[in-house]
Amino acid sequence: MSALRGWLAEGTPQRFLTAAAVVLSLAMIAGLVVLVVETAGSFFWPHPLVALRLVDGTRLLGEEWGREADPRSPGQQRVRLKLGNRDLTGTDFLWVRGSEVVQRAYPADAWLLERREYGNFYGTAVALERGETRLAPGDPAFRRTLDDELASVRRLLAEQRSVLGSADRAHSGVARLQLKVASAERRGLAADELKARLAVAQSAETTATGPLWQRLDTVRLELDRATLRMRTAAGQDVTVPLQKVVRAIPVNTLGFGAKLGLYFGRWWEFVSAEPRESNTEGGIFPALFGTAMMVMLMTLAVVPLGVVTAVYLNEYARDNFFTRAVRLALANLAGVPSIVFGAFGLAFFVYTVGGGIDRMFFSDTLPTPTFGTGGILWASLTLALLTVPVVVIATEEGLQSVPQAVRDGARALGATRWQTLRRVVLPYAAPGILTGAILALARGAGEVAPLMVTGVVKLAPNLPFDRTAPFLHLERKFMHLGFHIYDVGFQSPNVEAAKPMVYATVLVLLLLVVALNLAAIVLRNRLRRKLRSSAV
Amino acid sequence: MSALATRDLRVRFGATEVLKGVNLDVQPGQVTALIGPSGCGKSTILRCFNRMNDHLAGFSHSGQVLATGRDVYDPGWPVEELRFKVGMVFQKPNPFPLSIRENVLFGPRLAGIADKGRLEQILETSLRRAQIWDEVKDRVDSSAFDLSGGQQQRLCIARGLACEPDILLLDEPASALDPIATARLEETILALAETVTVLLVTHNLQQAGRVAQRTVFLYLGALVEEGETTAMFTNPRERLTEDYLTGRFG
Repeated sequence: MSALRGWLAEGTPQRFLTAAAVVLSLAMIAGLVVLVVETAGSFFWPHPLVALRLVDGTRLLGEEWGREADPRSPGQQRVRLKLGNRDLTGTDFLWVRGSEVVQRAYPADAWLLERREYGNFYGTAVALERGETRLAPGDPAFRRTLDDELASVRRLLAEQRSVLGSADRAHSGVARLQLKVASAERRGLAADELKARLAVAQSAETTATGPLWQRLDTVRLELDRATLRMRTAAGQDVTVPLQKVVRAIPVNTLGFGAKLGLYFGRWWEFVSAEPRESNTEGGIFPALFGTAMMVMLMTLAVVPLGVVTAVYLNEYARDNFFTRAVRLALANLAGVPSIVFGAFGLAFFVYTVGGGIDRMFFSDTLPTPTFGTGGILWASLTLALLTVPVVVIATEEGLQSVPQAVRDGARALGATRWQTLRRVVLPYAAPGILTGAILALARGAGEVAPLMVTGVVKLAPNLPFDRTAPFLHLERKFMHLGFHIYDVGFQSPNVEAAKPMVYATVLVLLLLVVALNLAAIVLRNRLRRKLRSSAV
Repeated sequence: MSALATRDLRVRFGATEVLKGVNLDVQPGQVTALIGPSGCGKSTILRCFNRMNDHLAGFSHSGQVLATGRDVYDPGWPVEELRFKVGMVFQKPNPFPLSIRENVLFGPRLAGIADKGRLEQILETSLRRAQIWDEVKDRVDSSAFDLSGGQQQRLCIARGLACEPDILLLDEPASALDPIATARLEETILALAETVTVLLVTHNLQQAGRVAQRTVFLYLGALVEEGETTAMFTNPRERLTEDYLTGRFG
């Protein structure tokens, strides 16, 4: 009995229990990281194209996306094949029983086409046709011509986008005037002067856009010129317009270097391109951009507000019932479910503030811009509200850490209370303030729920920052990595195909949060080094 | 005229009377030491002269406090200007989280001096007078926290001197320093006495003997004896002083 008590008093089991808790936490985090990195990391690596002939004579061509024990015939395996060609067959995936396969090959003439619509195409190339010329895959010029054509497609598509953008910008003045005319007529006001201005603007637009439409016609003709004739595994001939093709790759003939290039090319496309096929393919650039911009706007809003609040509470307010109540409320606010903040943000920022702005300034020109619906500004402000307790608490801790001797030193030199605060106390508390900002940033970057009701959308046609005046469009809806994960993973029409995209997006989100945190931590540590405690 | 003086100064913190009617005169142009056991009110007197006690909870006083012959509570004399005339150095070095240069120029900048040449001149003069110029002249833009404790304390003196005060209050400035840094600091204090009046609170009787021309002995909030340091140390008038100086209490 006393031996047991001694053992407990000495603390050996407690030591093991605490160590076990650490190990468990580490294991969970490591498991998450390994799962995400492995799944996301292998997704972009080119899978070999396997050609199968089945017992019933069916021929299949596709990528192997996993295998498992066949539940119906023990000892056998079954393979999950990504067949692509969704426009032809309607299914993307197929389970194939090992027992049904008679022949298995990795044909060198199998091609993978990554398309802008309908996902991947798998098949053999028959010919590259452009006007009168027709090149067979055996032709030595085939590969080079194909690459040239794909490059020219990319160029033409970029030009088409830029021409359409110019036309849009040329039209924006007319659109605004049209709205004003309509609004004036609705209210029974004289609109003659407006109509005259509208006519002038319209004729100016016609002059400006005439050459643009001509150019667009040429570009479209140019885009339609080249096609790839392909044959599926089942023997069906298909014509694929080259403008629908992102990449054409004879996967099975690639060497290691080419695979590596393709791998990093796909990663680059993933972080830099627009999404395709309801987000299940292409890139996540708008979501990445939206997340980074939202977090920055939030930081801009939350840090000054939180710091000023903490300065008042800590430096000016007396310690009385009111300040204690405020501190308690702040601490509790940090624990309120985030969707509650979302609901508040929707009611207050979007409907009340945003609606008010619309009524006061933009009632003639709605719907561009509209502040009375969700937008990046309202989402950022909602998150700022959500994270303000974190900043206040951390800043207060920073302010409390400033030695009285240093404050006295400034006062003794004739500094007023404000001068002491501004020139000595705040610099001293800066690491604490930055810690608060880091915590707020980490919390804000990871929130999704409040954003869903205050401005995040599945697919935003424009970034909140572009070349149309006034360049920064804070009222626009935006895309967000966290919501993107939810949308692609759980709302997508093609969940199986999108699963690796989810992991890749998770990886990017984690990296973004880590990068933002690291930047803030580096900044804080540099400040800390400057402030490291004196020798005494 | 006395550089610093109190007339029947009584100070209370809440219900505790800390100073019980002190009449003190500090002569200009020399070092005066305030000695006495802990809790006797040395630091409180010191902090009366630049009104640093005003910030403490429960402080109240009666009687007069004079600096350069003027009442420090004169409504026409803003406390910020008083503190410019009466500088202070604290027990522990308390450099600001700024460069050495900005620490020294803190006061002048508050006073609105913006002329670069003038500021450079103040920087060098102040650091020279605090006898730290040779040690820091090549790195005035590095952080004040990179200095040793003794250097930081001399920097704090330079920071006070940059305001060109008539009087410097030193509140046990060597209590956090090692013997070598203390010796350097004492040299600095001696050199300063040529240009400013120094009132030094110290626990260290030898230190008072080394640097102060005059010494004031306080006990339980009352002034017991005041006079030439050497005279007082060799031949104290009061029994209480003798007991303290010989180490019978303290």
